[in-house]
Amino acid sequence: MKRFRRHGQESQRDRLKQELFQFNKAIEHGFPHQPSALGYSPSLQLLAIGTRSGAIKLYGAPGVEFMGLHDENAAVTQVHFMPHQVELVTLLDDNSLHMWTLRGHKGLSELLEIGRFTLTGPPGAPPSVTRVTAVLAHTSGELLLLGTEGGHVFIVEVPGFRELEERNISLDQVAASVPDDYIGRRNLEHVEALQENPINPNQVVIGYGRGLMVIWDLEKRCAIQHIPATQQLESVWWTEDGSYILSSHSDGSYCRWMVGGEDVNDEEEKSDIPYGHFPCKAISKIIQLPTEEGPPFLLFSGGMPRASYGDRHCITVIHSKTHVALDFTSRIIDFFVIRDGLQHTGDPSALVVLVEEELVVIDLQTDCWPVIQTPYLVPLHSSAITCSHHVSAIPLKLWERVIAAGELQNTHYSKKPWPITGGQNLAPDPPQRDLLLTGHEDGTVHFWDASGVCLYPLYKLSTAGVFHTDADPNDNMNQGAEGEWPPFRKVGCFDPYSDDPRLGIQKIHLCKYSGYLTVAGTAGQILVLELNDEAAEQTVEAKVVDLLQGQEGFRWKGHTRLDVREEPVLFPPGFQPFALVQCQPPAVVTALTLHSEWKLVAFGTSHGFGLYDYQQKNTVLIKCTLNPSDQLAMEGPLSRVKSIKKSLRQSFRRIRRSRVSLRKHHVNNTAKLQEANARLEAELAEMELAPVQRKIEARSSDDSFTGLVRTLYFADTFLSDSSHNTPSLWAGTNGGCVFAYMLRLPPVEHRADEPVTAQPAKEIQLMHRAPVVGIVVLDGHGAPLPEPLEVAHDLARSPDMQGSHQLLVISEEQFKVFTLPKVSAKMKLKLTAVDGSRVRRVGVAWFCSSRTEDYGESGLVVLTNQGDVHVVSLPHVKMQVQYPCIRREDVSGIASCVFTKHGQGFYLISPSEFERFSLSTCYLVEPRCLVEAPLHSGSSSQRRSQPDGASSTHRTRQDSEDAEVLQEIQKSLEGDQTSFLENNVKSAVA
Amino acid sequence: MNKNHRVQSSRSLSAVEVKSKFGAEFRRFSLDRSKPGRFDEFYGLLQHVHRIPNVELLVGYADVHGDLLPINNDDNYHKAISTASPLLRLFLQRKEEADYTAFGTDSLTRKKNTVLSAVLLRPDTNRKKPPVIISLPRDFRPVSSIIDVDILPETHRRVRLYKHGQEKPLGFYIRDGSSVRVTAQGLEKLPGIFISRMVPGGLAESTGLLAVNDEVLEVNGIEVAGKSLDQVTDMMIANSHNLIITVKPANQRNNVVRSGGGGAASGSSGRSSDSGASYYGYSSQAAAASMPTHIIQNFPVDELESDDEDLVIEAGGEAEPIRRAPSNYSMPSLPRYEPHLNLRTATTSVSASALSINANGTLPTSGSSGSLSNTNATSTTSSPDRAMERRSLEEDGTVITL
Repeated sequence: MKRFRRHGQESQRDRLKQELFQFNKAIEHGFPHQPSALGYSPSLQLLAIGTRSGAIKLYGAPGVEFMGLHDENAAVTQVHFMPHQVELVTLLDDNSLHMWTLRGHKGLSELLEIGRFTLTGPPGAPPSVTRVTAVLAHTSGELLLLGTEGGHVFIVEVPGFRELEERNISLDQVAASVPDDYIGRRNLEHVEALQENPINPNQVVIGYGRGLMVIWDLEKRCAIQHIPATQQLESVWWTEDGSYILSSHSDGSYCRWMVGGEDVNDEEEKSDIPYGHFPCKAISKIIQLPTEEGPPFLLFSGGMPRASYGDRHCITVIHSKTHVALDFTSRIIDFFVIRDGLQHTGDPSALVVLVEEELVVIDLQTDCWPVIQTPYLVPLHSSAITCSHHVSAIPLKLWERVIAAGELQNTHYSKKPWPITGGQNLAPDPPQRDLLLTGHEDGTVHFWDASGVCLYPLYKLSTAGVFHTDADPNDNMNQGAEGEWPPFRKVGCFDPYSDDPRLGIQKIHLCKYSGYLTVAGTAGQILVLELNDEAAEQTVEAKVVDLLQGQEGFRWKGHTRLDVREEPVLFPPGFQPFALVQCQPPAVVTALTLHSEWKLVAFGTSHGFGLYDYQQKNTVLIKCTLNPSDQLAMEGPLSRVKSIKKSLRQSFRRIRRSRVSLRKHHVNNTAKLQEANARLEAELAEMELAPVQRKIEARSSDDSFTGLVRTLYFADTFLSDSSHNTPSLWAGTNGGCVFAYMLRLPPVEHRADEPVTAQPAKEIQLMHRAPVVGIVVLDGHGAPLPEPLEVAHDLARSPDMQGSHQLLVISEEQFKVFTLPKVSAKMKLKLTAVDGSRVRRVGVAWFCSSRTEDYGESGLVVLTNQGDVHVVSLPHVKMQVQYPCIRREDVSGIASCVFTKHGQGFYLISPSEFERFSLSTCYLVEPRCLVEAPLHSGSSSQRRSQPDGASSTHRTRQDSEDAEVLQEIQKSLEGDQTSFLENNVKSAVA
Repeated sequence: MNKNHRVQSSRSLSAVEVKSKFGAEFRRFSLDRSKPGRFDEFYGLLQHVHRIPNVELLVGYADVHGDLLPINNDDNYHKAISTASPLLRLFLQRKEEADYTAFGTDSLTRKKNTVLSAVLLRPDTNRKKPPVIISLPRDFRPVSSIIDVDILPETHRRVRLYKHGQEKPLGFYIRDGSSVRVTAQGLEKLPGIFISRMVPGGLAESTGLLAVNDEVLEVNGIEVAGKSLDQVTDMMIANSHNLIITVKPANQRNNVVRSGGGGAASGSSGRSSDSGASYYGYSSQAAAASMPTHIIQNFPVDELESDDEDLVIEAGGEAEPIRRAPSNYSMPSLPRYEPHLNLRTATTSVSASALSINANGTLPTSGSSGSLSNTNATSTTSSPDRAMERRSLEEDGTVITL
């Protein structure tokens, strides 16, 4: 029929498609996976995080964020902002340096890479000579000092990366002047640290791995002072007034050295092992900052007693008599301190710590140093995410109540505003309030504000209180006993250890109009909750539902049901459970839906489904869908699958740990690390090479899990005859079967006492037997039926009950439209039979035209197992557009995808990050922000004195471009022509 | 049905001449056409006339087209009697020495040097006769065929497997591999999908048309190049009711060689090589011929819908009719609520509707969509029963689309 369609019609439709659909990946929400470097610009007030996968992310005020990705797939090991500029330099694992800038473009800033550079040593020199281990971005903004593994310090002019060979500080120069009595003079080892004198930019201290520190004058090109520390050096800090240098060492000690003119004064002023007596771990970084009045702040990471607390990740903060060891739940990557004042030289105000799994900011000016809640970079995975649910356009009333409940939970946070405030957020206010609900392994549900660029935590619901678990509810973070040494204090919310995996949340459904919420979990528990602004003490009545309905010959071998607390439980304001259904067998709940108008909850597991009346608190219907020959479903194989997954996860963790520990000794052990990597890759390759074959067999009713309930749907439609619509419940199974039940609801005035009844009305067995993943009823206009209460709240057009309704059954393989009430196939779209992909996720979405506001249409948004997203038109089930979205290998990403009602979607790109994408031309949330070059009142170069950010960056760019071209020509002369071409193309594109 | 009438009217003789051959011996006798009796009586008679009372026999006869077909139950016995014209030629074999491969379409015509074939081979005009129904459908059904011989390169083979809801598994596995192809850049090694294993006794093995290490090129007309193993697996399973695989056989010696071309050649390509290797391979001329060859040749994907027969069970009323949606997309002009029997008669053939009657064991009330209600009356009882019921019903569903 396509052949006969008129050309005009087709192009008109194509034009319309362009107005309706467009694919965009705009934002990554959450916390970057495997962060590896941290940088901060006090003048820009921007924070930069580099990751192991080569991404660089900048954050300022909430909503201000930038992201860049290095072409090399190498970890970012260091990030340094050029002081008082909008440039920053990154050092990668592959020893390349990259210059990035924030360039103004059409009133917005964008992060661009403007140059790259790799140190080239003299011919024939070993690679260690040029392997960069320390970077100092000089305050002049024109120099980079690069300390290397070979012990040399190279000086490079930026931007443009011009090596100033004559100014390099070679190891020989330094070694020559080292006092004879210094033990380690024969081998100073690599450059571990480079610091500038805060009051004299011409002086830098070079710290060598062996322990020796040399204060070098850049003007005179000679050593001024030698500091002969003998312990392996970890870090160096030059105090604010320039009179002392602090050094921290691998034995857990730190020393303070007087900076004087003469070399004789080489005795350390003060040496201390803070957690001493017994051997301690290294202090990896030390900072000392003065306060206006009173003693300075001393902060350092590590240094814990090796035997007893060697596994803790701690930062110690000492101020006056206060001494706290902040105890983090994951490895510390780096930290810095934000200071008050216009020039950022005042009192320390906040400590910012980047640990492997979260960013923690501690208010240093409020007593007890409380944590400041982060508006972004929140660890989504504080407990592993097990499911997500998105609700668009939340009514203001509900929104405010959720926020109020959340605020009551956040009393332990600091009242101080977020201290990182760089840039301006120019994005328009989000058009509506959207909630993203994430269910977690520990039985919590987190409510996120997903309206805008920042995924902001609003409220956290815990369901564990309803049940008896092994964990003591009082066993929380504040365990620090009086007089304990070291004085630990737990900080951070990342806690991957779940007390009881049965608590895990598997399905969530929230009715935004009534505030009723239902959540279902791993052990077949279904909780119905309502929003209450007051705390309440109540018992939760449990109702056990036997889904087997007398099916015999099976034995459940999975986990047991959760124990319900018999006594009343005090629930804080927020969502409070008032009804509980427990499925028997307690298999994981696989489908859940709630109809707030009818006050019914439908739930399904691998054994069957049930309908629960939460007003009368009784079950209306139980249907067993289990196939008698399906042994697997009975035995609870999900737990077995899980255990395999768990053991896999553990072994991967082991591998990762070993890689991390290898990485720790970065410099000397690169060869070893590479070897380990190579071995790992070989192992993986071998795994992949194992012959994989797939069985080709038609699906049969005997297959496992054919009875698993995949989807449940409430609809008010024509089930029995075409003149009377009735409430109905639809259920779709893994075996391609659809069950329809006609519901009889008592009139409203008798709703509380007359029973709700359900009668079987229809059963459809799809011949292709593919799992049914979605059911939608379309009204007389072919539009999907509105949500319950949507019409009552005047937020949707009431459905057309005049024309005949249609039933849309979405299986993993086909989209099929049937007529109602007589079920006969009307049309269909085959997916799998044609291109081999299967439907993984499906949602109904509304698309508005970008051209005219009054035109819009409903469509099905579909994610396939190939990671492609499709839009399928309604009611004609025609494929509209298709975009690749997720890598097909990224199974967890595909499984985590959730669609919004307006053609957007979220999926996990790592355990801690959601990628947000949009298929709609109208609803697009993306960061729009501007960062201006800082006003610098200092005396340095005129470039910085230009107030206009855009023009100054422009000039910088010009300069750098020229330099870049020069450098490239030079490079190409050396034979590196490919990169020359590449870069030319790159700059042309830029 | 009309066929039967015609056959009967063409024959006035009430006796059927029987010429039975066992080894080198011939026996001649006659039977009453109107009262043929039961198969076991007939079997006893044969043992008696050949004086081989204790020998297990396999009885075959030559049908009007010269095909050797078996007689092993009442139905095909009656068919054999009723179609004998007037001579019925029987071929007896000892069961232990039986050559099953001898049965099937063209099985006798292939042996051109035998005396029999010279006698039995009919001119082509006879082929155009409407097919005859010889037995229960489950005994005679094509399970596989090579199709599109005329449009494919000789090195390729397009095999169609008919699943028919039978219990026999498709029974093969596929794997990733690489194949060397000639491309614009010269020889290139490309990833491909290969058959890795055949399940003994499975449909795929029993056809003899697919073999381990055959490269899969297309699935139901869609090229597999660029698709992952899992994608191809899903495509095959999604099409398993009517799976058409184009392979490049690993063994290139048994390729079908095209003979010159011309209308006759292409016309016969649709059933060029039905397998005779299996029990199901007693493939009848009837079934093969009832499928218009033009459908098979280019098989537009949408035209051969066998998975459309979703089963709908209505509950709540006394009658629980099964409706099969009119699903044929190639005929959009058909009214939606056409009673299914009529529709099928229109789209397939007389034989098909007759088959459905047999399979259901009930007579259709003409034009009523509730005609199958009796079979389903018990369907809302306990689920195992219903599962059984459903399976049999589904089977009938696929028969109809045959």
